[in-house]
Amino acid sequence: MTAVNDRRQMAYIAAQAADARVNLELEAEGMTLNIGPQHPATHGTLRLVVQLDGEQVIHADPVMGYMHRGYEKLTEVRTYPQVTTLINRIDWLGSFANEVPFILAAEQLMGIEAPPRAQWIRTILFELARIANVTLFLGDMGVQLGAVSPVFYAFRDREYILNQIESATGGRFHPNFDRIGGIKDDLPAGWIAETKSALKEIRDFCDEMEDLIVGNEIYEARTRGIGIIPADVGLSYGLTGANIRASGVDWDVRRDNPVGLAYDQVDWKVWTHPDGDSFARYWVRLQETRESCHIVEQLLDGLPAGPIMTKVPRIIKVPEGEAYIETENPLGVMGYYIVSQGGLEPFRVKIRSASFSNISITPWLLKGTYVPDVITILASLYFILGDIDR
Amino acid sequence: MSAVFAVEFAFWQSTIFKLLLAFVAVLIPAGGTVYMYLFKMVSFMQSRLGPMEAGPYGSMQLLAEVGKWAQKEDIVPTNADRRVFVAAPYVVLISTFLLVLVVPFGPDAMFVNFDTGIFFALGVSSVSVIGILMAGWASASKYSLIGGLRAAGQLIAYELPLVLAVVGVVVQAGTLNMQGIVRAQIDGEIFGFGGLGNPYFFTQFIGLFIFLVAVQAELAQSPFDMPIAESELVSGYMTEYSGFRFLLFFIGEFATANIFAFLAATLFLGGWGIPPFIADLMFEAGHDHWAFNLIGPAVMLTKMLLITFVIYWVRFTYPRFREDQLQTFAWKFLIPLALVNIAVTGVLKVVF
Repeated sequence: MTAVNDRRQMAYIAAQAADARVNLELEAEGMTLNIGPQHPATHGTLRLVVQLDGEQVIHADPVMGYMHRGYEKLTEVRTYPQVTTLINRIDWLGSFANEVPFILAAEQLMGIEAPPRAQWIRTILFELARIANVTLFLGDMGVQLGAVSPVFYAFRDREYILNQIESATGGRFHPNFDRIGGIKDDLPAGWIAETKSALKEIRDFCDEMEDLIVGNEIYEARTRGIGIIPADVGLSYGLTGANIRASGVDWDVRRDNPVGLAYDQVDWKVWTHPDGDSFARYWVRLQETRESCHIVEQLLDGLPAGPIMTKVPRIIKVPEGEAYIETENPLGVMGYYIVSQGGLEPFRVKIRSASFSNISITPWLLKGTYVPDVITILASLYFILGDIDR
Repeated sequence: MSAVFAVEFAFWQSTIFKLLLAFVAVLIPAGGTVYMYLFKMVSFMQSRLGPMEAGPYGSMQLLAEVGKWAQKEDIVPTNADRRVFVAAPYVVLISTFLLVLVVPFGPDAMFVNFDTGIFFALGVSSVSVIGILMAGWASASKYSLIGGLRAAGQLIAYELPLVLAVVGVVVQAGTLNMQGIVRAQIDGEIFGFGGLGNPYFFTQFIGLFIFLVAVQAELAQSPFDMPIAESELVSGYMTEYSGFRFLLFFIGEFATANIFAFLAATLFLGGWGIPPFIADLMFEAGHDHWAFNLIGPAVMLTKMLLITFVIYWVRFTYPRFREDQLQTFAWKFLIPLALVNIAVTGVLKVVF
């Protein structure tokens, strides 16, 4: 009997406390909304603590680190060839692109260079990874705004590219294909023709998205003028990739500093948009996907013959030194700063991942927006949780 | 209803009969459209197959889902206002059942023949707002609260275009009685030609458009689904509901879609009637023949499926508006358009 009474009393106290909490919140100005860590809009575990006044955001604070896996530290106890397996998981939608800057930095330290054919295949796979990554964004933007269907088309058409990556590398998501001094294998027979037909599907997909999303009046009303990033603010927050190109900054590492990749061998164009709003970010990524198809087609046509691996020692030891290489990854500029003290493992690796910098603008950007626009802006900034937390 | 088999029922007998039929009229079409449209059509739209395992082509999937929901744990959040939280889904469902009462399915096949049937229907359709507000407030969740308030604002804003869209039909038919509106369409003539009757979508197409848009908003479906917007508010006012109570909301949502489609069919597509020249070929008495109490429901079902197809098609195609854009759309576009429609209808009514 006493137990029951106790329980009742406890329940009463709990109810009173809950009431008091609710009253306190009602009296306080605004309300604190926890978007995440588990929330359908963040496709991962980003937590956004938002102070709301009605539906208007007074203050937004991104909380990162829920998925921190300590890759920078873990690389210190891996040999150089082993590291690529690990860093594949940083931006898991465009895995191959994560390997390339690390390998390039290691090659620079060792003073070797991959043969041309390996460089070209690297560039092709790099761009395929970009297409596979951004394709999903192009559909996902619709789902964030409430149109469910486009994301299914994105998953369907991304599969063409993933199939090509798989048949070339053996890994659908995590190729782990790049090696110091070249690449693991040559392309399989018939791969070039298959890839060209896959790229055709992606071009069709881009046209479809242009009809379905860009051409939609509601979509335009939801994204035009929402989350405008002026070029100087974006640069000062360290925004990179399509996010900064959508603000009119004509800057692309692929064109401006193509270390070890074959971008300077083909004819292509960097897309920018003057508006800097969510619509511009989507539009730039859409155009870049088409441009990537264009790049890959040219690379496939001009693929040079020759070896795919330069001469490297059986046991890879990187001489003492420091190197920083950055590339234009699907999400933005990704860089690896490697400090080597000679030996099998790197002494220290600093990973500059694009999403971490891209998301750091959110407190500035979300101030004064409304809850529905928060989702639009987050979706258009396009981050991947693995890329934020590493 | 009692005259269908030319047998007089006692009041209690016919009441039980009607009660059972009301369940049939609400639940069977709801299940049918959920399977046909929500499971299958949408899957084909999104280049996937949808349920394929439960029964032939997954047709028993809905039963499996209902079984799943029914056996889920019954969760009431600690801080929730328990009684209100529990009552809310029933309030939403009550509005659905009240709506079906005035829908005519045949010359005698209707539950209640109110003189002000459509007025009653539009009145009870807003009862669901109370249920949704109850759910939003009682859940003691911020997402639910925002969702509930959004729903309240939206449903009240779109009540007006809904009513105004119907006014055109009422003016043209000259009656508020649902059966009378159907009769007016069956007996109507287009420039002296009565073979097709006069379904009001010929004259009230603007009304039909406004009605369907407003229905979409009333049902909180895309592009007006901010109250439950998954990507923003998790699931809006339904966030904290699980198991059987969620099922009630689910039934409420999809059954109401069907009932509104029934209403639209009655108001704009000629209700249970078929083109009169066919009816005259079939029976000497035309639409007055008793067999229309059996043909009528099938005709209504067909028309309802046509309209729900449009509802679901739009639902899975468009992105959603923002809250302020939705209000702007209602007050600055739909309502003026509806008023113009009423004015034009009135003038033409006097002219012809």
